[in-house]
Amino acid sequence: MTIPIEQTNRSEPGGFRQWLLAPEPEGLFQSSVQQFYQGWLKFRLHPLGLVGLAVIILLILVAVAAPVLTQYDPIVQDMASRLAPPSAEHWLGTDNFGRDVFARIIYGARTTLYIIILVTVIVAPIGLLIGTCSGYFGGVVDEILMRITDIFLSFPGLVLALGFAAALGPGITNAIIAISLTAWPPIARLARAETLSLRNADFIAAVRLQGASSMAIITRHILPMCIPSVIVRVTLNMAGIIITAAGLGFLGLGAQPPWPEWGAMAATGREFMLDSPWVIAAPGIAIALVSLAFNLVGDALRDVLDPRGGE
Amino acid sequence: MTDSLIDIRNLEIAFGGGAVKAVRGVSFTLGQEKLGIVGESGSGKSTVGRAIMKLLPPTAKVTAERMMFKDVDLLSASEQKMMTVRGRQIGLILQDPKYSLNPVMRIGEQIAETYRLHAPKASAKQAAEQTLSMLTAVQIRDPERVARLYPHEISGGMGQRVMIAMMLIAEPDVLIADEPTSALDVTVRLEVLGLLEELVERRNLGLIFISHDLNLVRHFCDRVLIMYAGRIVETLEARNLVNAKHPYTQGLLASLPSIEEPPARLPVLKRERSWLDDTATETRA
Amino acid sequence: MIEVENLTIRFGAGKKPVVSNFNLAIEPGMAFGLVGESGCGKSTVLRAISGLNPNYEGQIKLDGKILDHRRERSFFRQVQMVFQDPYGSLHPRKTIRSQLKEPLRNQGISAKSTSLDDALQAVGLDPVLSYRFPHQLSGGQRQRVAIARALVLNPAILLLDEPTSALDVSVQAEILNLLQDLRTERGLTYLLVSHDLAVVSHMCSRIAIMEAGEVVEETDIENLRKGTITHPYSQRLLGASRRYGKSA
Repeated sequence: MTIPIEQTNRSEPGGFRQWLLAPEPEGLFQSSVQQFYQGWLKFRLHPLGLVGLAVIILLILVAVAAPVLTQYDPIVQDMASRLAPPSAEHWLGTDNFGRDVFARIIYGARTTLYIIILVTVIVAPIGLLIGTCSGYFGGVVDEILMRITDIFLSFPGLVLALGFAAALGPGITNAIIAISLTAWPPIARLARAETLSLRNADFIAAVRLQGASSMAIITRHILPMCIPSVIVRVTLNMAGIIITAAGLGFLGLGAQPPWPEWGAMAATGREFMLDSPWVIAAPGIAIALVSLAFNLVGDALRDVLDPRGGE
Repeated sequence: MTDSLIDIRNLEIAFGGGAVKAVRGVSFTLGQEKLGIVGESGSGKSTVGRAIMKLLPPTAKVTAERMMFKDVDLLSASEQKMMTVRGRQIGLILQDPKYSLNPVMRIGEQIAETYRLHAPKASAKQAAEQTLSMLTAVQIRDPERVARLYPHEISGGMGQRVMIAMMLIAEPDVLIADEPTSALDVTVRLEVLGLLEELVERRNLGLIFISHDLNLVRHFCDRVLIMYAGRIVETLEARNLVNAKHPYTQGLLASLPSIEEPPARLPVLKRERSWLDDTATETRA
Repeated sequence: MIEVENLTIRFGAGKKPVVSNFNLAIEPGMAFGLVGESGCGKSTVLRAISGLNPNYEGQIKLDGKILDHRRERSFFRQVQMVFQDPYGSLHPRKTIRSQLKEPLRNQGISAKSTSLDDALQAVGLDPVLSYRFPHQLSGGQRQRVAIARALVLNPAILLLDEPTSALDVSVQAEILNLLQDLRTERGLTYLLVSHDLAVVSHMCSRIAIMEAGEVVEETDIENLRKGTITHPYSQRLLGASRRYGKSA
């Protein structure tokens, strides 16, 4: 007895667009790219999300191409032209040491990006691992991990970061560690909640019935399901992280002078706010713009990645 | 058209800016009868029910030559007008009562509230009395106790009786039941269906019974519409279902397993492209 | 092949058992049906046998050997399960191919790419579907994938938990035929849990009818088909199923 095979139409060879939309992807790569493309088609429907994305892409480009975009050095002082107003020579004026504000904003983008990337790289895995383990194992493991999370969650973020930065000494690396310590608990809570709803799903039961170990189930089957909502959450939290970083910089606990950092720049600009408003306005606007951009992108991503809207 | 409760001609429903047509050229009338709409998932049967209640999401584009409920033109009826129709003149019973009942409100209060919407002048005492008599009518033993319970404290069968009570207390003219017994066990299903049948007959309602279950509809309804891919492919007297002419209906019937004489292999439905283009067969019985 | 002795399951110590004193013996190559209404404990029994729920009292034996409550990894090469809801039993973000590879990987077997194509073809699916995601398949196709995944390890026993109750009747017919073909081809043993007497009558040679956690009657399928089952509950169930569930 043979089992008849349902015939499925194979895709016609064609251009890139057809490759993207082919009903029968021929490999994992094509299939993943197609999924990504479908997501992009949904993302495209959010004009504000697109604006935010454009700002973030601009931030990355600026950070990468900083030396090309300006001929000024962000660090070298030029006391002769201190606090010069915006002009054709200095687009955004100069600060109290005569450094070009535009150059410092551009190089400051590197600092911001550095913080964003490092915090994400630290926070997402810690939060995911603690959250999924807590949710999957339940019982004592859950109790212990969640109480630890609660302890971190119960401190106000900036105060905890302040404490750590003060204890470890000021500096950008310590600021990043301090921010990360306050940023992982919400991610862990989120991952735990997702895991609880997945733990008893049939597709997890099916993997258990293949003899998979708990660790394999968590890392290969549960974790990938939590990633979309974690991406959304991290993106939305990014605004807060940028502001906390700027706040630490403002208080002198972040990047150390003379290295350009938007928060620290705003702090120095404060003294000259009335006479030379450009010194504080430029970093202030940059901080506001980038945090807003992450918020807009996060909102749009939520619609794209929401598992319930994902069919 | 005075004796028809619902009269629909050439109903088309499209989603996604006309890209997906869920319902295509559906026409039927409903009198004081039990009309079954049968089809598989995706056939558009539930969409028709929701269109009558105007409960489709705003992305759905509904057009028809005619879509009347008694003398109300459902195509042009305002939301305000629909508020007086929904629940009061047309009742809707869904598959799972858990999602249709308010989880934080006692059952008695929910039914009483529906009653007071229908009869605004009624006092609280009258409403409570009506509620209890309605619960008795749907054969709930000890209605006073049940009225004090919350939805999570009752079984599925009981929940479906409560839904029926809630829908009937407003004395509607038409009841739309969308898979009302699919979530119930067979033994409970019988009781709920028996109850529904009795109430529909006693109150002279028009019933639209939406189901995927051919056997159930065949025994329960007077007339059956068979839907496939958004179209009505066949309309039959329920008792004549065995003599169905359309190959889709025949195929569906044949693919049912049997308790008494199971065949070695079940015949498998072969779907023909032509069923999709087939302009609707006789649709007014 | 599978023997269950005095199986009692309770959720929470000291609580009333949801399954009590359940006994069952299935011979190789047999298709056994476990029937009952929702909440009667039939799925609970199946989950205990499968190893998903290790908290049971009593013994479950495979080929005469008593199984540990926590199953050894090799057990799963012998016994696999197909779930009710084909939408919930496949990982939503993995391609069909990687889901089929998963059992092999978990058992430490290297996967030949041809064997995965064969696995799809064995359940009547075109291998071009390999790189699709579950949401790009129909309900029937998904259930075929779930069956293919269960068969990748070449088990001797399939536990079927209402495998067609979430499907349309026309698709149900295809899946039931497929399951029957696979059984004859591979000499599989089935334990089918269902509330649908017609499905059980179609598939099985012997049935047990459960009510409130206990088996009220175990009998040959002929007795169900002829209507000569004896226990009052069985008769009531059959009566209700016939009245609104019988075909012409």
